[in-house]
Amino acid sequence: MSWNWDVAKDFLPELGNGLLITLEATALGSVLAFALGLVWAMAFRSPTRFVRWPVAAVVEFIRNTPLLVQLFFFYYVLPTWDIKFSALTTGVIALGLHYSTYTAEVYRAGIDGVPKGQWEAATALSLSRGRTWTAVILPQAIRRVVPALGNYVIAMLKDSPMLALIGVVDMLQKARAEGASSFQYIEPYTMVGIAFILIAYPASLLMRALERRLGH
Amino acid sequence: MTAGLWENWLLPGIWITIQLTLYSAIFAAVVAFGIGIARTSPLWIVRFLTGFYVEVFRGTSALVLMFWLFFVMPLAFQFQLVPMWAAVLALGLTYGAYGSEIVRGAIAAVAPAQREAAIALSFTPAQRMRRVILPQAIPEMIPPFNNLLIELLKATALVSAVSVADITFAAQLSRLATGDSLEIYAIILVLYFVLAFVLTRLMRLLERRAKAGIGQAPVKSGKGPLITRKLSSRQEAEQSSNIITAGGAQ
Repeated sequence: MSWNWDVAKDFLPELGNGLLITLEATALGSVLAFALGLVWAMAFRSPTRFVRWPVAAVVEFIRNTPLLVQLFFFYYVLPTWDIKFSALTTGVIALGLHYSTYTAEVYRAGIDGVPKGQWEAATALSLSRGRTWTAVILPQAIRRVVPALGNYVIAMLKDSPMLALIGVVDMLQKARAEGASSFQYIEPYTMVGIAFILIAYPASLLMRALERRLGH
Repeated sequence: MTAGLWENWLLPGIWITIQLTLYSAIFAAVVAFGIGIARTSPLWIVRFLTGFYVEVFRGTSALVLMFWLFFVMPLAFQFQLVPMWAAVLALGLTYGAYGSEIVRGAIAAVAPAQREAAIALSFTPAQRMRRVILPQAIPEMIPPFNNLLIELLKATALVSAVSVADITFAAQLSRLATGDSLEIYAIILVLYFVLAFVLTRLMRLLERRAKAGIGQAPVKSGKGPLITRKLSSRQEAEQSSNIITAGGAQ
């Protein structure tokens, strides 16, 4: 072991900058995953199978293939179609799309948990389909799925270092750059690893507390 | 796509991915059962240490761990692993931690009367675990294990970052050689999907056999479109909803 505190101290500001990007990617990816997942979940409930089946097929395909390959797919294929995004935007799209297939399942469980009588009551009150969703079903479904969604945010945080592989300057990329320039590997990589634990562990405790609060 | 790429990189890459998944899964299973059973230990120190292990490895990012094993371990401990084994170690430790939660949950879900009956028959704790508890807990573990196995298969793509020549690595090379990004990545994604599909079918088979072994009803296939019925059904998602899946999900 040759841990050098000076190297660690010098790397700390870099780590902080990387952390901001890591958190930004996670936050934006989460927003996208929450929104898209809800779209998929509502499409599963669509009255026509022409909507249900294709959506189910696409979601299943995305869910069973690696996020990393999807990331490369977007990063290298989109520019050939003249769609130009920054690496971070590409990463957020890949992260959000991949995790939307998980959140879709969470929403679906939440929607299925709403008693059938609620749908019938909405019909009896002759609410439109849109009103039924926004005023009756979703408010009851979403409250129940908050902890599960939170867990996926933590999962996204831990998958975000993949973005370093397409050149996003997050925590992992900062460590890689440090290693490449000064040949100091021990401190940067260890600090990045510890940083993830320090964020993920309290966050998962919070989610467990939420689960107990909101109950099932 | 040139022929040489398939023969020299992609086909061996598929084989490497299969090997990685297999070795990591075996390693993860050993870790999962070891840690999962240890967490039910009567000794608080054992429970504390294994709990600490699980929290640490559930909190780390698999990719960062892989880089750490690849770059830091040789420097810090004068101990270097072949990239393939560094990858297997990283995946096995991470997914073993997730798996141990599944094992612990399934053991806790065995009816208390079963445990009491084993005590009444004066089984030793080891016999109780081996003859009574585990045979009933294992069939319950299979659906969440299936989800975890798919997550593990997907995570094997990360090894391309530490220059193990798996499918994803072969795809990178092919892209550099030919520039046909769309075709290459589309093929690779389909390959992974096929592998995931095959794994799921095998696990379904295993579950049916295991359930039949303890006289439970065979697994119901869910309603819904064909594809979703074949792959992770909603039922499984619900069953595993209280167990953390890969990447710390749920």
